[in-house]
Amino acid sequence: MKFSDILIVGGGPAGMSAALAAADEGVRITIMDRWDELGGQLIKQTHRFFGSEKEHAGTRGIEIVKILREDIAKNPLIEVKCNTDVLGIYSDRVIAYEEDRLYHRMTADKIIICTGAAEKMLQFENNDLPGVYGAGAVQTLMNVYGIQPGQKVLMIGAGNIGLIVTYQLLQAGVDVAAIVEAAPVIGGYKVHASKVRRLGVPIYTKTTVKTALGDKYVTGAVLADVDDKFEIIPGTEREIEVDTICLSVGLAPLGELISQAGAEIRYIPQLGGFIPKRSESMETSAPGIYVAGDVSCIEEATAAMIEGSIAGLSAAIATGMNRPEAIEKRDEYIEELRVLRSGNTGKKIRDGLAML
Amino acid sequence: MLEKTGIATKEMFEKMLPSAERRKRGPYVVIECYEQIPCNPCVTSCAAHAVTMKDINDLPKCNHDVCTGCTLCVSICPGLACFVIDETVGNGKIKITLPYEMSPLPEKGNVVDALGRDGSVVGKAEVVRVNSGKKLDRTSVITVLVDDDLIYDVRSIAVR
Repeated sequence: MKFSDILIVGGGPAGMSAALAAADEGVRITIMDRWDELGGQLIKQTHRFFGSEKEHAGTRGIEIVKILREDIAKNPLIEVKCNTDVLGIYSDRVIAYEEDRLYHRMTADKIIICTGAAEKMLQFENNDLPGVYGAGAVQTLMNVYGIQPGQKVLMIGAGNIGLIVTYQLLQAGVDVAAIVEAAPVIGGYKVHASKVRRLGVPIYTKTTVKTALGDKYVTGAVLADVDDKFEIIPGTEREIEVDTICLSVGLAPLGELISQAGAEIRYIPQLGGFIPKRSESMETSAPGIYVAGDVSCIEEATAAMIEGSIAGLSAAIATGMNRPEAIEKRDEYIEELRVLRSGNTGKKIRDGLAML
Repeated sequence: MLEKTGIATKEMFEKMLPSAERRKRGPYVVIECYEQIPCNPCVTSCAAHAVTMKDINDLPKCNHDVCTGCTLCVSICPGLACFVIDETVGNGKIKITLPYEMSPLPEKGNVVDALGRDGSVVGKAEVVRVNSGKKLDRTSVITVLVDDDLIYDVRSIAVR
């Protein structure tokens, strides 16, 4: 059976950072991703990143992915397996995976799970009509394949993803009729909100979509006001003409492999749902199983990259590569993450982590 | 208002302006970043070291005595929140330098619609400079000439 010092499941920002950090310590790594290239969500993030220079702030996601891919390609200690689905992780750290339509098994000393998150769905009438998209799909169509998803879009959700994808729709020449947000205030960064506002997109808070209109595909939507309990206020319904409804109503961690590996999971709404309990070094309660990125806590890609570096270094250290410099480097990343979360926007994350 | 509509009020904007004396002296940056987010490219990009912050979560602070209005931060800010204003033009006009990531790009000499903070047309803008060099990585820096009473309003342009 094939063996690797460290197996990383998922080649997004967290997994790629984990691979690079661990390889720096001289361990052999296998990184698997079900997509045909490494990069995860970065491949469609055409906007410049926030954060600090150390984590590529001011650089576009699509450029960051090039930097990370190049560094990985140059590193002989990292083996990349794309188009590869990890199917199961068993108690003795035997990993089952499918590659080129064949079933394989391997073992690893340590495993880092960076499987990311899936988009949440929203309940409303006719939400299965063609023309109702998740924001991730819209971003993939536009920014990876260069296809406009529609001509006139209604965006549901004013978090950072809703605001950023709205901006990218405008850049792609697509009209965005409105952004609706059930909460009383805009959830995403206000600079993003200002950016789409000054290009003419209205933002309606305390508003939701009640119905998607159309027989064969979306031709419009019924909007309605909501009260403080997010219940629709009768009589406030009004129609809006759109051909696309784009949902960006949150993400849920893809933690199935973590559960299967036997790690303890807790429900922490502030962090996005079912979250693995883990130490500061990103190790779960299942020995040798580490996590990083959205699967461990729904957050920005900058945090995912730092978490990846922490998990990669921790796993490498645990394999015996425990030089003082490695430990020092890991502790620096832990401190960097703490600082990143120490402001106003990090409060929700801090509250959630305190509950873990 | 900002947290419900995405529009900063006039009072918020005016608090960001430098002293009257400084405004008469030449171009200066207004960093319209009103929310504490963990982000600091405005600080690290500033060649004059005019923009500072103690902690990455702080709001940027600009020392306008040091700021040269060079526009470096205009293209690097991920929030597109830096604008350079020059009130020394005269004839009832001012120059506003803004980040622009739409296509098509305007050309120098074009007269385009000036957009307010809600995207409505608030006047005409004459494009006096278009900087879209490779270094700017697709965030072009456009300088427009507008009426001086639109100092708070104009934050984008529409090239039709």
